Amino acid sequence: MSPTSIFAPLSTPAESIFELSILVLAIAAAIFLIVAALLVYSVVKFRRKRNDDGREPAQVYGSLQVELAWTITPVIIVLVLFLASARVVFAVQDAPRTKDSLEVTVVGHQFWWEYRYPGLKVVTANELHVPVGTRTFLNLLSADTDHSFWVPRLAGKTDLIPNHPNGTWIEPRETGLYLGQCAQYCGTQHAKMLLRVYVDSREDFDRWARQQAAAARDDGRVAQGRRVFEQTACINCHTVSGTAANGRFGPDLTHLMSRGTLGAGVVSNTPENLRAWIRRPDDFKPGSLMPPMGLSESQLDAVTAYLSTLQ
Amino acid sequence: MATTDVGWIDAGTRPRPLVDRLHEWVTTVDHKRLGLLYVGYGLLFLVIGGIEATILRLQLVRPHNGFVSPQVFNQMFTMHGTTMIFFVAMPLVFGFANYLVPLMIGARDMAFPRLNAFSFWLTAFSGLFLYFSFVGGFGLYGAGTAPDVGWFAYAPLTSKTFSPGHSTDYWTLALLVSGFGSIGTAINIIATIASMRCPGMTLGKMPLLVWLNLVMASLVILAVSPLTAAQIMLLVDRYLGGHFFDTQAGGSAVLWMHFFWVFGHPEVYVLVLPAFAFASEIIPVFSRKAMFGYPVMVAATVAIGFISMSVWAHHMFTVGMTSAGNTFFVLTTMAIAVPTGIKIFNWLATMWGGKIYFKAPMLFCIAFLFQFLIAGLTGVMMSSAPFDWQLGNSYFVVAHFHYVIVGGILFCIFAALYYWYPKVTGRMYSEALAKLHFWLFVIGFHLTFDSMHVPGLLGMPRRIYTYEPGRGWDTWNFLTTVGVVFQAAGVLAFVFNLVRSYVRGRPAGNDPWDAWTLEWSTTSPPPEYNYATVPVVKSRRPLWDLKHPEDPDWKYE
Amino acid sequence: MSTASANPDWVLPDRGRVGMFSLFASESAIFVIFIVAYLFYAGKSVSGPTASVLHLPVLLTVCLLSSSWTIHRAVAALRRGEVGSFARSWVATIVLGAVFLGGTALEWRHLIRDEGLTIRTNLFGTTYYSLVGLHAFHVTVGLIALATVALLTAGGHVKREHAARVDLLGLYWHFVDVVWIAVFLVVYVVGR
Repeated sequence: MSPTSIFAPLSTPAESIFELSILVLAIAAAIFLIVAALLVYSVVKFRRKRNDDGREPAQVYGSLQVELAWTITPVIIVLVLFLASARVVFAVQDAPRTKDSLEVTVVGHQFWWEYRYPGLKVVTANELHVPVGTRTFLNLLSADTDHSFWVPRLAGKTDLIPNHPNGTWIEPRETGLYLGQCAQYCGTQHAKMLLRVYVDSREDFDRWARQQAAAARDDGRVAQGRRVFEQTACINCHTVSGTAANGRFGPDLTHLMSRGTLGAGVVSNTPENLRAWIRRPDDFKPGSLMPPMGLSESQLDAVTAYLSTLQ
Repeated sequence: MATTDVGWIDAGTRPRPLVDRLHEWVTTVDHKRLGLLYVGYGLLFLVIGGIEATILRLQLVRPHNGFVSPQVFNQMFTMHGTTMIFFVAMPLVFGFANYLVPLMIGARDMAFPRLNAFSFWLTAFSGLFLYFSFVGGFGLYGAGTAPDVGWFAYAPLTSKTFSPGHSTDYWTLALLVSGFGSIGTAINIIATIASMRCPGMTLGKMPLLVWLNLVMASLVILAVSPLTAAQIMLLVDRYLGGHFFDTQAGGSAVLWMHFFWVFGHPEVYVLVLPAFAFASEIIPVFSRKAMFGYPVMVAATVAIGFISMSVWAHHMFTVGMTSAGNTFFVLTTMAIAVPTGIKIFNWLATMWGGKIYFKAPMLFCIAFLFQFLIAGLTGVMMSSAPFDWQLGNSYFVVAHFHYVIVGGILFCIFAALYYWYPKVTGRMYSEALAKLHFWLFVIGFHLTFDSMHVPGLLGMPRRIYTYEPGRGWDTWNFLTTVGVVFQAAGVLAFVFNLVRSYVRGRPAGNDPWDAWTLEWSTTSPPPEYNYATVPVVKSRRPLWDLKHPEDPDWKYE
Repeated sequence: MSTASANPDWVLPDRGRVGMFSLFASESAIFVIFIVAYLFYAGKSVSGPTASVLHLPVLLTVCLLSSSWTIHRAVAALRRGEVGSFARSWVATIVLGAVFLGGTALEWRHLIRDEGLTIRTNLFGTTYYSLVGLHAFHVTVGLIALATVALLTAGGHVKREHAARVDLLGLYWHFVDVVWIAVFLVVYVVGR
């Protein structure tokens, strides 16, 4: 079973779309079967026979009744499809906030996802956590070019366009990890701007949010690594809250170790991968906008050790 | 008697030097030669675009493949799409229009022969210019590399910030120049049809091919111009510091989308209406019956032309238009399915009660009917905006539009190339080779494009150079790639057939198909002046009237 | 079908006119897009000069629209075979068109030097110069064509039988004027 199938919805908007799609598919299938059958029939029945006498068949130039019949029937079908679709358009696009709905701001970047929870003072990247059974509204912005947020089992896709705020919402019914990826070509690494949405139980989500809102852990044992981090250009792009690093160009690293993957879902978050990523991101994601930092092997060890403490 | 050779008044003495013959082709203003130049150009770029597609499919045959880098992949899909639309489909469409329209209306040439030549050479030059982008990047200062912004080049990806260098400029300038060529040809087609029909050929007596090309040309005028405007604006942004689409200065990325799709949607009707034209000429002849419902076919065509200008934002259902805005475009898009379906029914009714000859042109048209039906239905699925929120920008869309362009339009182009081959060359093609081409291509087409729908339904977006395993996409991508082999083999058989038959095909005579429109009344190939005396017609099928004087069409029309 | 002799009853529109009107349709579509962009961005510039810095170009408009009248008279004169009268009205058209262009140039010089408005200043600058500039470009192309005809006339090559072709140029010139009316209304009336 594909984790990204549009026919396995587990959230209200995706379910509304799914129900509509059944109607649309049924009508399309019926039309196909009827017309294809007529085509096959006519090709077989009216083929020129071997014993053909060579005379031309009766020339029929048209028939008003027939034309009316096959005009009016499609018009009726169109009306049915239109009304069914319009109903879902309004229901999904104009869905109201509920009293416990959550607000998340999603900012698309080349080639990663920034998530801000204004009410909870959380800023994180690439892995979105939401509570189950709750309506979460995603306010979609972009820092650079066009992107699109598509997690098929949760909702249809909605684009992130600079200077054009957008919105979508999800209301997942079951906990679990939902996958997706950017669905609007945004440059070299569009293909690896993956989406991971963790739908947690209410308690798990609250715990996660509290942990994310806390400042970065300050572990003295990795002071050397922290120095490397702060004295190289890392702090120009990345934020580690409570430290000198407050760059916004790259993902927030305050709780990097709470994430299961690196590089927007590209590789799993292990010390080896982390070290290799810092050494040369292009090894995993050629064309990503993080340059190789030119660190020595010991610097790499130190920085990796430091980042590994950022739970 | 002059001692210099004068073209076709060749008394059978030694052949003219190659240089002279090439010079004739380069300086020709004859609509037939320009038509052949356009078609030859389009077929050449079809092969090139096909190679680009093969590279894409080889990279996508399995997940995490390393056949090409992401940078090259992104250039490949951009160039593949741009090539196929602007330097394959448009030239083929204009080539056929050029060759056939004057012949079918009993005229001796197009209205503006020199404009005709100029338009062709503009298009030809701009295609070469676009391809120069591949070589221009290495060594030549500032010449850039091939564009990689996708064939619809969304802003702000195309701004100087995100596309430094000149790769985007190759895209913009090539299409700007070829757009002028397209508009020139469209003006020519309209003026020819309006002003040069032979006596008796009222608008209601023109062959359907002529009607469809008239509406197509009108759409070119109304649709290519907005693209021209948008490209000028993009150049102003990139080179004069303008802010039309500069989102960092308050400009709108969505505005580019609107302008592009105001062009982009009618453009697909520009491509498909001539395909309908071919089907409308071929199906009656090979069913031995007049076209069923000619007036309705004309009305449906005009309706499609008008409605097609109002559906463009169905390419933008996910960009955050209001619910009312989205709903409007749902309605117009669904509405256009009605006249389109009517056409399918009329073609079926033409076959109904007829005597169907399964020659290559008809085989390709029958496949077209089946495939275009499916393509239209997947289009209807996406016209339902909520369904499109899942299907849009995924491989489902890619499958849909290839179903239309390859399964619909290219199949009709193959049909037309076989149907008019005898007229153009004076020789019959090999029916056996043509059937081989047909079956290889049908198998390959369905293997590739039927399979391609499924990853879209399973969440695979378009324009990705690789994908994750474990999402259920792998097998379908593999099958999609396998189909390429059969299509390539089919095209090889096709090219071989065209070339071999030119040399060894049996002479065709004026009218090998026992057809009914004017072009079959002149020689194969036609003389440079087309008709010794200007024909006078009384019905839509002048040759039927001649062949059946006891039962002419004009009694029933 | 029978062999055709002269068919005086079979009259179709003149292909030059059909072609020229098709060109107008295309050009109109291009201008509509620039006008849409202009109106879309009207009032949206975050900084810099706004449309209030524009002065109503009354004199220039009068000149350009009058040139439609002079070219109409020119073509009518040529149809009657009065080449001299044609030449005078034709040159008057060119002069009026040139005054229009010159005035536009002066207006732009003022806007750039005194108001600090260039095509890159803000959204207004971009859309204003593009739209008015596109029109001015079409006026320029028209003037080049008109000047070519003027030279040919001076050489004695333009005669009564060329009236239909010259009329096509006249149609183009009228079109350019109609577009100016649209641009004028959008930029100087509605947009300000």
